[in-house]
Amino acid sequence: MAVTSAAPPTKEKSESLWLNENVKAAGLFILSLVLFLSFWEIGARAGWFSKGMPTASATFKEFWWWVTNPFFDNGPNDLGIGWNLLISLRRVAIGYVLASVVAVPLGVLIGMSPVARKGFNPYVQLLKPVSPLAWLPLGLYILRDSEQTGVFIIFISSIWPTLINTSFGVANVDKDYLDVANTLGASRLRTIFKVIIPAALPNIVSGLRISMGIAWLVIVAAEMLLGTGLGYFIWNEWNNLSVPNILVAIFIIGIVGLILDNIFAVLEKVVAFGRNS
Amino acid sequence: MNGVTPDQVDQSLTSQLSIRSVTKTFPGKSGFLDKLLGKSSRDFTAIEDISMEIEPNTFVTIIGPSGCGKSTLLGMVAGLMPITSGEILLNGNPITGPGPNRGMVFQNYALMPWMTVEENIRFAVETVHPDLSDKGMKRLIKENIQLVGLEGAESKHPHELSGGMRQRVGIARALAIDPQILLMDEPFGALDALTRGFLQEEIERIWERQRKTVIMITHSIDEALLLSDRIVMMTRGPAARVDEILEVPFPRPRDRESIEQHPAYHDLKAEMESHLFRETRAVEAARIGRK
Repeated sequence: MAVTSAAPPTKEKSESLWLNENVKAAGLFILSLVLFLSFWEIGARAGWFSKGMPTASATFKEFWWWVTNPFFDNGPNDLGIGWNLLISLRRVAIGYVLASVVAVPLGVLIGMSPVARKGFNPYVQLLKPVSPLAWLPLGLYILRDSEQTGVFIIFISSIWPTLINTSFGVANVDKDYLDVANTLGASRLRTIFKVIIPAALPNIVSGLRISMGIAWLVIVAAEMLLGTGLGYFIWNEWNNLSVPNILVAIFIIGIVGLILDNIFAVLEKVVAFGRNS
Repeated sequence: MNGVTPDQVDQSLTSQLSIRSVTKTFPGKSGFLDKLLGKSSRDFTAIEDISMEIEPNTFVTIIGPSGCGKSTLLGMVAGLMPITSGEILLNGNPITGPGPNRGMVFQNYALMPWMTVEENIRFAVETVHPDLSDKGMKRLIKENIQLVGLEGAESKHPHELSGGMRQRVGIARALAIDPQILLMDEPFGALDALTRGFLQEEIERIWERQRKTVIMITHSIDEALLLSDRIVMMTRGPAARVDEILEVPFPRPRDRESIEQHPAYHDLKAEMESHLFRETRAVEAARIGRK
């Protein structure tokens, strides 16, 4: 059995505030940020970088303007960042939910049956390494609609981690749990829903977390070739040669990705029940 | 009934569980492909020709050196493992698979980590009695939680409990379905010595109340002497057999101090020690010899 409450080694000396690890880390973070921003500001003013590189302060002003005016709509090429964000999130949500709805049950099936595992493995192994963007022309040709193509790309790229993690989790359910269900005479269905799926849940959620990360990576790239969304926003601002806006978009994409990942990190803790993941 | 002596007939009429000439062989790899790859291995006989009759309300302990197939035997009684030859009868009916007339207590507790103490027991009761009323269900769960002394821990998850408390849940879960036979596979093997001693006395107390037939596997001589009516000593594997069956005459209820005063205590203990020592030494010798 794993030790459930592994306390960190306690030091006898009561540490002073300055020596605390978290304080040190925060100090390092702030110091490096200040150094980076001043290098940027000074460099841009002195013309060390390419022509047209904005200063840090100008970029921050631009950022502030975008986040305080998120929802305006002057046509597809002049859309508030809030709208673009919502459009991207909606595409991700639809494609991701569809992928999960397919991947989890299929993963359970594959995990439970060695025949299904061997039978489906070639598809998974072949399709998993394909870059999501390689599907783009095919999606456009089949669906003839940029919106649906975006969803399709998210679907096809976020299905694999969930599928693989789910089948791994299901295939590796502790044999003791299955023995318990067996000795009680539990039906197959009851065993699946009450034992196998809850036992594999930490693996399933890790798979969902990786899939969400991939979906968020892919949507930006895919949208550059579609219309609207954060990816298209970046592409559009590149065509306008508006570098500050590109930096603003990069920052917002990062923040949203961070939030999404953290939601799943919390979920992973909720389903762990003392099992170390 | 040809080939069965009258004595055996008598015994099997009163016995609850009959194990008759049971052998378990794990097939080796002898297919063409395995041979080609040089991976072929011979069949492995874990236990050979084991017979015993267990009467109702008896506490039987199986003791033997490690690797002697004790768990294999218990797995076959539980119905989790197919029998190679021979048969096991429960109330005269051959065992063909697992079922709720046998309750199992696992060495590593095997509690579902995502279920609370109450939910773990409820899962067992619901599986066995799906038609039980909500009220009856709650009463049954409560009774069994009280029986093992876990009041107040109902809504805790296993990872919040100590090893000893976890095994109490395991025992409550096995008893809650009211099995005819309780099977315990080294139930205290993963516990520290103090908790172990404490839980052994708890088992003695619980057993006095219910007097269910129990088959328990153990490595501990003291544990066997405290709890059992009969002790089955097995020889070392492979092809382990029953070496000797000891009757434990101590009056019940028992506790550690009183059984040590009993005149038969030291002889029994010495007998078991010499058996286990001999078998374990032979196991070690065989291991060294093989290398």
